[in-house]
Amino acid sequence: MSVVLHRIDDRLIHGQVVVGWGQRMGIGFIVLVDDGVRANLWEQELYRMGVPATTDVVFATVAEAAARAPEWEKDPRKGILLTGDVDTMVALCAAVPEVRKVNLGGIHARDGRTERLRYVFLSDGEAAQLQALADRGVEVTAQDLPTAKPVPVAELV
Amino acid sequence: MSDGLIGVIVAHTEVAEALLAAVRAIAGEDAGLVAVSNRGCDRGALTRQLEAAVGGRPAVVFTDMAGGSCAHTAVALARGRPDLKVVTGVNLAMLVDFAFHRDLPVEAAARRAVEIGRTAVGMVER
Repeated sequence: MSVVLHRIDDRLIHGQVVVGWGQRMGIGFIVLVDDGVRANLWEQELYRMGVPATTDVVFATVAEAAARAPEWEKDPRKGILLTGDVDTMVALCAAVPEVRKVNLGGIHARDGRTERLRYVFLSDGEAAQLQALADRGVEVTAQDLPTAKPVPVAELV
Repeated sequence: MSDGLIGVIVAHTEVAEALLAAVRAIAGEDAGLVAVSNRGCDRGALTRQLEAAVGGRPAVVFTDMAGGSCAHTAVALARGRPDLKVVTGVNLAMLVDFAFHRDLPVEAAARRAVEIGRTAVGMVER
């Protein structure tokens, strides 16, 4: 198995990820790619709190994630890789061209963003970045939970 | 009803508002509780809502699920603030009891809420 979900979610590791996707898909590890959390042991402890003891959690920078991606692709378990924002996922996709699908799981309201879906708010710049990913052949869809219908990024930009 | 502490319920979707309505129906309007939803919030937005609800007062923050975004936010806010205590797994029994024990010191109130909440959970044997 390998990383079966590359997800942008500004809540990072939370119920939807651990229960909604994790339990349903039988996840064995979660990779959280976020420079701030990677540098903060207390934040790492916080994010481990809600994860079952049988699920490994890895904290990484983009560079570390790119270096370890081949190792994770060979992992016999299923994994989820999370970033908290569009910029980080775009950087990861540039560093790891093998990423072929990106899930928009939760990008919430902020100044400069407009609502595209109940759980997806994007600035024009973020929308353009995601469309550029799609134009390069990456399948970018919004889907908060596995039971929801995926919405192609073309419908959001 | 005792005065003093406030309780802030922070939970997914409409859970906090529904629990608050139930507490008020049982214990009265002056239960000392406020409700915060994580609806549409990233952690920054939820932190701001929670800070506004606490308002710098001593408080017990009741969250729904350990490890969820509400609990994460509450735990992070309470870091380094001894006047804030976080309880996970909120239920109606602990909230109703809290309404009548708001004169306790904040840590004692939080510990009591946990005990009352645990006692309220069980399988009914016939």
